[in-house]
Amino acid sequence: MLTTERGRIVLGLFAITVLGIAAVYLFGGKDSNLVTQTVVTGLLLGGVYVLVSLGLTLIFGVLGIVNFAQGAMLAMAMYLVYFMVSSAGINPYLAVVLSAPIMFGFGWLVQSTLMNRLITDVGHSRPLLVTLGLSLLISNTLLMIFGGRPLNVPSPYAGSVQILGAIADVPRIIAFVGAVIVAGGLIVILRKSPVGLAIRAVAANGTGASLVGVNVKRIYAMTFGLGAASVGVAGGLLAPFTSLVPSAGDQFTTLAFVIVVLGGLGSVPGALVGGIFIGLLQTVGSLFLPGSGPLLLVFGMFVLVLFLRPQGLFGANK
Amino acid sequence: MTALGVAAPERLADLKRRLPTGARLHFSVLALVLVVMAFLPLVVPESALPVAIRTLIFAIMAVGWNLMSGYGGMFSFGHAAFFGVGAYTNAYLLTAFGVSPWIGMIVGAGLSAGVGVLIAYLCLKYKLAGSYFALATFAFAQMFLLVTLNMEFLNKSEGINIPLLPEESWSMLQFDQGSLYYYWIPLVLLGVAVAVSISFVYSRPGQFAQAIRDDPTAAESLGIKVMKYRLIPVALSCAVTAVAGAFYTQYYLFIGPDQAFGLHVSTDAIIPAVIGGIGTIWGPLIGAAVIGPLSAVVAGFLRDPPPFLEFLYGTSGLDIAIYAILLILIVVFLPKGIYGTIRERRRK
Repeated sequence: MLTTERGRIVLGLFAITVLGIAAVYLFGGKDSNLVTQTVVTGLLLGGVYVLVSLGLTLIFGVLGIVNFAQGAMLAMAMYLVYFMVSSAGINPYLAVVLSAPIMFGFGWLVQSTLMNRLITDVGHSRPLLVTLGLSLLISNTLLMIFGGRPLNVPSPYAGSVQILGAIADVPRIIAFVGAVIVAGGLIVILRKSPVGLAIRAVAANGTGASLVGVNVKRIYAMTFGLGAASVGVAGGLLAPFTSLVPSAGDQFTTLAFVIVVLGGLGSVPGALVGGIFIGLLQTVGSLFLPGSGPLLLVFGMFVLVLFLRPQGLFGANK
Repeated sequence: MTALGVAAPERLADLKRRLPTGARLHFSVLALVLVVMAFLPLVVPESALPVAIRTLIFAIMAVGWNLMSGYGGMFSFGHAAFFGVGAYTNAYLLTAFGVSPWIGMIVGAGLSAGVGVLIAYLCLKYKLAGSYFALATFAFAQMFLLVTLNMEFLNKSEGINIPLLPEESWSMLQFDQGSLYYYWIPLVLLGVAVAVSISFVYSRPGQFAQAIRDDPTAAESLGIKVMKYRLIPVALSCAVTAVAGAFYTQYYLFIGPDQAFGLHVSTDAIIPAVIGGIGTIWGPLIGAAVIGPLSAVVAGFLRDPPPFLEFLYGTSGLDIAIYAILLILIVVFLPKGIYGTIRERRRK
């Protein structure tokens, strides 16, 4: 694992995270109970970020599409779950299982009807503009159907438990576990299934893949679909602890980009470690920085990563 | 005749010699457009004035964005940063030191050009292109938003109110509500912005910038200083966008972090240019003329919908949904925009 660029990114991020937390405990000068609580909160927040980033790492990493509709698709999945729970009265976690294939279909449709027409655009600005339009369209359609008043999906497992003396919300723990399961599922699909092999082939060399008989456009549609399905699961798992408004997903769009670029494009383990890293950076950072300082730190990090690691950024395409 | 007709004969001959035919034609059209638009408020109802002013602000922003992203080929997804710097510079200088907004506008434009050149220089130095350039500019705009939220002297999240004066004042750029000066001033500013665009596009630096956009390697091998001629359109673009920001502050008498640096500000600069035609002189204006009145038209339509659309009564979001569909359709099917496509058809 150490021999590959991606492996190094994952291990490096992991090491920085562990060392950072250790440093905060030892030299932070804060009450250790408070730090534990912050770390647990950060881990769980990171789980949420991982869920949102997994879909994006496929869409951005394999297709090279700056998907600005990621957050809007997340909101769409949340409302889908809300609709199923409130109209049919089913368990929200069962609704997650149903929303994933619906979102897969939506993603497939977007890629095959719109984005596949734009793959010749080398500057990537047209796909970005289409996803921007898509994001506005989804948010405002949700606004027209459900209105702007906040809605909520009641969780059947509301409540909290103690972990190492810190309090943790049960729905958030479920979301964290879900993030790890989705990441594992995606790794298995990408590494072991024929579709995964084709996706990796297309990501490595589109022309080469088409020469050996891969239907590149179909694989593109499949990849966007898989990305959307991951978002579908994310939306369902986030809904029980999110105040549901049409713009609920927007804040995640940017963070997902940060995480995906940080963890390496198209790298599922990278998104997993990157998401947890950013979650911790934000919560632990809030111990030392006031107001929106931690978020500023996250963006500063992003620009730095963009500047200093261009070769890592293009890793998935070359 | 045209604007050139008012110049003294010898100056006119001089101008004609210096200007290429294409530029002369564009300047003539610009003069004609400005004259026609100047009389517009006398024809349309008074209630349409705020919409017209908003449209003019959009148009200035889009003309600015187009300089950097259309002619310079560097796709900015963070023009809110430059709009906001212009807006806040004006608001801060005015409220803290009583500086005239006209001076605030110029200082803001200069500051914004400096900031833009610095950001673009860093992005280009580290070889960010395409999506990565867009993401980096976006990240900078977001950072400006967060920094403003933490700045005591910029009033944090509360924003800055421009004090209302007891009477109209040209030097402080403040007039009675509904005054037509609030329409004519941005119209003149737009005229200046378009004139800057035309002059730039037909100038040597402009030709170099377009050559670099189309093929940086070929341009460099011909001895063009790539970095220098990429930063010139960036500086012009940021300055023009900052002027829009400064006027925005004066017209609405308020600027807050979200109005200055929000994501929607960046998209407001991009979308008119994309719909009208990226990298064309008239595209941003045409796009703004389509997009600007859209919200008002849709809102008016929903107040009294036809029977088969009754269910839409009282909903919000339809205007932006239509705008989004328009954007998607144009990007997918008319990548050169409305004006760009028409121009191409006519040339064939």
